[in-house]
Amino acid sequence: MKDRIVSPWLSRLFVATMTALAATGMMQMPLTRRYFITDIPGMAWTGDFFLVHKLHYIFAAVLLFLAALILTNWFRQWKDRIRLTAWGTTRAIILAGIILSGLLRVYRNLPGVTLHPDAILAIEWTHFGLVMVMGCVALAALISRQSAYVQKR
Amino acid sequence: MSEPKNPSTVSRRGFLKALGVSGAGLLVPSGAAMAQDGTPGPDDGELATLLDLSKCIGCGECVNACRESNAAKFPEPKKPFPDPIPSRRAKNEDWSEKRDVEDRLTPYNWLFIQTAEVEHKGEMLEINIPRRCMHCRNPPCANMCPFGAANKQQNGITRISDKLCMGGAKCRAVCPWHIPQRQSGVGLYLHLLPRLAGNGVMYKCDRCHQLVARGELPACIDVCPENVQTIGPRAEIIEQARKLAAETDGYIYGLEENGGTNTIYVSPAPFDKLDKALGKTKSKGKGRPHLQPVKDVMADETNLATATLLAPVAGIAAGMLGVGAALFGEEKNGPKEDGNER
Repeated sequence: MKDRIVSPWLSRLFVATMTALAATGMMQMPLTRRYFITDIPGMAWTGDFFLVHKLHYIFAAVLLFLAALILTNWFRQWKDRIRLTAWGTTRAIILAGIILSGLLRVYRNLPGVTLHPDAILAIEWTHFGLVMVMGCVALAALISRQSAYVQKR
Repeated sequence: MSEPKNPSTVSRRGFLKALGVSGAGLLVPSGAAMAQDGTPGPDDGELATLLDLSKCIGCGECVNACRESNAAKFPEPKKPFPDPIPSRRAKNEDWSEKRDVEDRLTPYNWLFIQTAEVEHKGEMLEINIPRRCMHCRNPPCANMCPFGAANKQQNGITRISDKLCMGGAKCRAVCPWHIPQRQSGVGLYLHLLPRLAGNGVMYKCDRCHQLVARGELPACIDVCPENVQTIGPRAEIIEQARKLAAETDGYIYGLEENGGTNTIYVSPAPFDKLDKALGKTKSKGKGRPHLQPVKDVMADETNLATATLLAPVAGIAAGMLGVGAALFGEEKNGPKEDGNER
């Protein structure tokens, strides 16, 4: 069993949240009904665009909570004891981009907010593109058995 | 136009236009036919339209004008279409052989007229209702498009880009009135995975954006012989709608629907009666929108946006309260190069 520098529960919660975000994010594309996922018992909800949209918001809030919690701890204590690995740094930067573009996406959806079409396009594709990159990098890190974000100093 | 505009709230251009149009409105009773000579410019912010249904005679001039004005935007699909997979679930939608259909919304007919016969106050009324995109203030079709293909402009027009739309029809599903209509065999999806994802382009009223950009009136407004429609800054249109409804003992639709739209109907009969009448004559259904009350479908997302702002604050607070110590796992003997932070 791996030694873990931080609580395994934090890792599990992070992985679960990212998985849920990736799943509900992909469900924003109108494909679940087309590919019969809605026909799988218990999966009909995946065809409810509003529900998966709200779930995406909720999981995004969980991720933001975790990110803020980790950053606070990082600057208070952890930075003296642990440091980011190269794979960890890469993914942290990508994650920051995903979070920022996601927040802009939330802002865009507020009533009374009207952004330029080019800005909307940039936000949309940055968010989607970075998620794709994140998936590839995470997979590469896993395959190379260097999935840890941090190591001891 | 019957209300004088407040010069303090409009641009010079808008004010000069207002002098020409609304100034004359001072001389005639409100509700009387009054032609507009142009659309206020972008400086006037979000524009809305007012449809006085008591005036509409259902002549169809607006429908024809809409087709002519937007003919260059209509899809020209090449056949045969790619056969979408899985064929049992994904079907091509082809209106290119049915371009003349005028009794519903199609990719080639962005405006049509519904007719409802209702009894109100002991009188039989025949109400004609021009129907097209409502141009919502917070449009779910644009907000929920996963590709950024739909957006709302500063002037209140919601548009779908035929260059970016994949034709997944999500916009139609989330639109409370299911307005956008799909044409297969055109658009970006043909150049990606035509059989596996996407299925054409969605089309709907764009309020003749090219004309509005030049300060001209949308075709349906310009051509109307009865001056059913008025376009102007939203606040003024709302004021006019309320005044008209008060003067005629009429009813308003579009003001509160879906959190507010930029298409405001004023009718001499209640809209629930109109909606029921449409249902009886099968004038309601696919491509034929209803007139029911509509809640703000993006309201939950608006509330959840607050949660996304509060979440990091809560995270910082938790960190400051010492949750970090509990999350910092116990070290074990062995290699120290392993560990997961997040």
